[in-house]
Amino acid sequence: MVNKHLFLVLLLSLSLPVAHAGEAKTTAEDPVLEKHVMALSHKLRCLVCQNQTIADSNAELAIDLRNQVREKLKQGESDEAILSYMSSRYGDFVLFQPMVKSTTWLLWFAPLLLVLLGICVLAVMLRQRRKLMKKVQNISDEEHARAVSLLSEKI
Amino acid sequence: MKRAFIPLAIFVALVVFLWIGLSLNPREVPSPLIGKPAPMFRLPQLHDATKTISPEDLLGKVWLLNVWASWCETCLQEHPLLVAMSERNIVPIYGLNYKDKRENGIAWLNNNGNPYALAAYDQAGNVGIDWGVYGVPESFLVDKAGIIRHKIIGAIKPSDMQQLLALIKELNGE
Repeated sequence: MVNKHLFLVLLLSLSLPVAHAGEAKTTAEDPVLEKHVMALSHKLRCLVCQNQTIADSNAELAIDLRNQVREKLKQGESDEAILSYMSSRYGDFVLFQPMVKSTTWLLWFAPLLLVLLGICVLAVMLRQRRKLMKKVQNISDEEHARAVSLLSEKI
Repeated sequence: MKRAFIPLAIFVALVVFLWIGLSLNPREVPSPLIGKPAPMFRLPQLHDATKTISPEDLLGKVWLLNVWASWCETCLQEHPLLVAMSERNIVPIYGLNYKDKRENGIAWLNNNGNPYALAAYDQAGNVGIDWGVYGVPESFLVDKAGIIRHKIIGAIKPSDMQQLLALIKELNGE
């Protein structure tokens, strides 16, 4: 019985923050359209509260922008057209996922470049080590015996 | 010995990048509209709802669009500068009353002085979105061909004036 109560309390405490983090309210007449609006809104930055999307934000500008997205979807505009409209008005900064173009190549491909650089550095280091190992193999029996005796010496 | 300096060099480079990054203002998002034609609109005038105003009517002159609202506190900061500019006939200033109540906008201008040749009334804020407005005040300088040449985000400061005046002169072909 006690366990059951504890479980319920735990369950409730889990659901509390979730209830608070509910997304900005919308006037949902058409659930399908509303879902589409929200999906698109998740890709757009709210410029007033810059680390939020316009889907997460209740700032007035975010509400207006969501309405704008809704209107444009109603008019049958494609997702790409709406995103490019927004970036032509507010700059590429509004897109949470930057477009792939010449100015963003470095942004997109720098990680790959760094991995390649890492592989090169690794290859060079391995080669140097192999050379060193060869040198070690070329010691005479006498040198080898001395090394063994030095290593086995008690301090 | 040289190798020891490599981590130091990387560290210094990181510090420099971080320093530059911190000194940038993330609030100032460069407008992609600069160098592009001013977005079209036709809006009712603030003082006379039966008349409209459009950037189309202003082709052939250099003008300043000032986005403002009576609820906007920062607008009060730049207002004396706008009034001074209009008194000296430096450039015709057109107001865009953004997401405001008509009577509040008119009352605000009566109290603080009206620097605008005309003011447009954008109740829904759609024209604001079309112009990429995300914070009031914002000001756009439009040339004779209707191309946006300059944008000031936030209140116009005295330190902005030199550049603005030079640009207005240049665009007027003086």
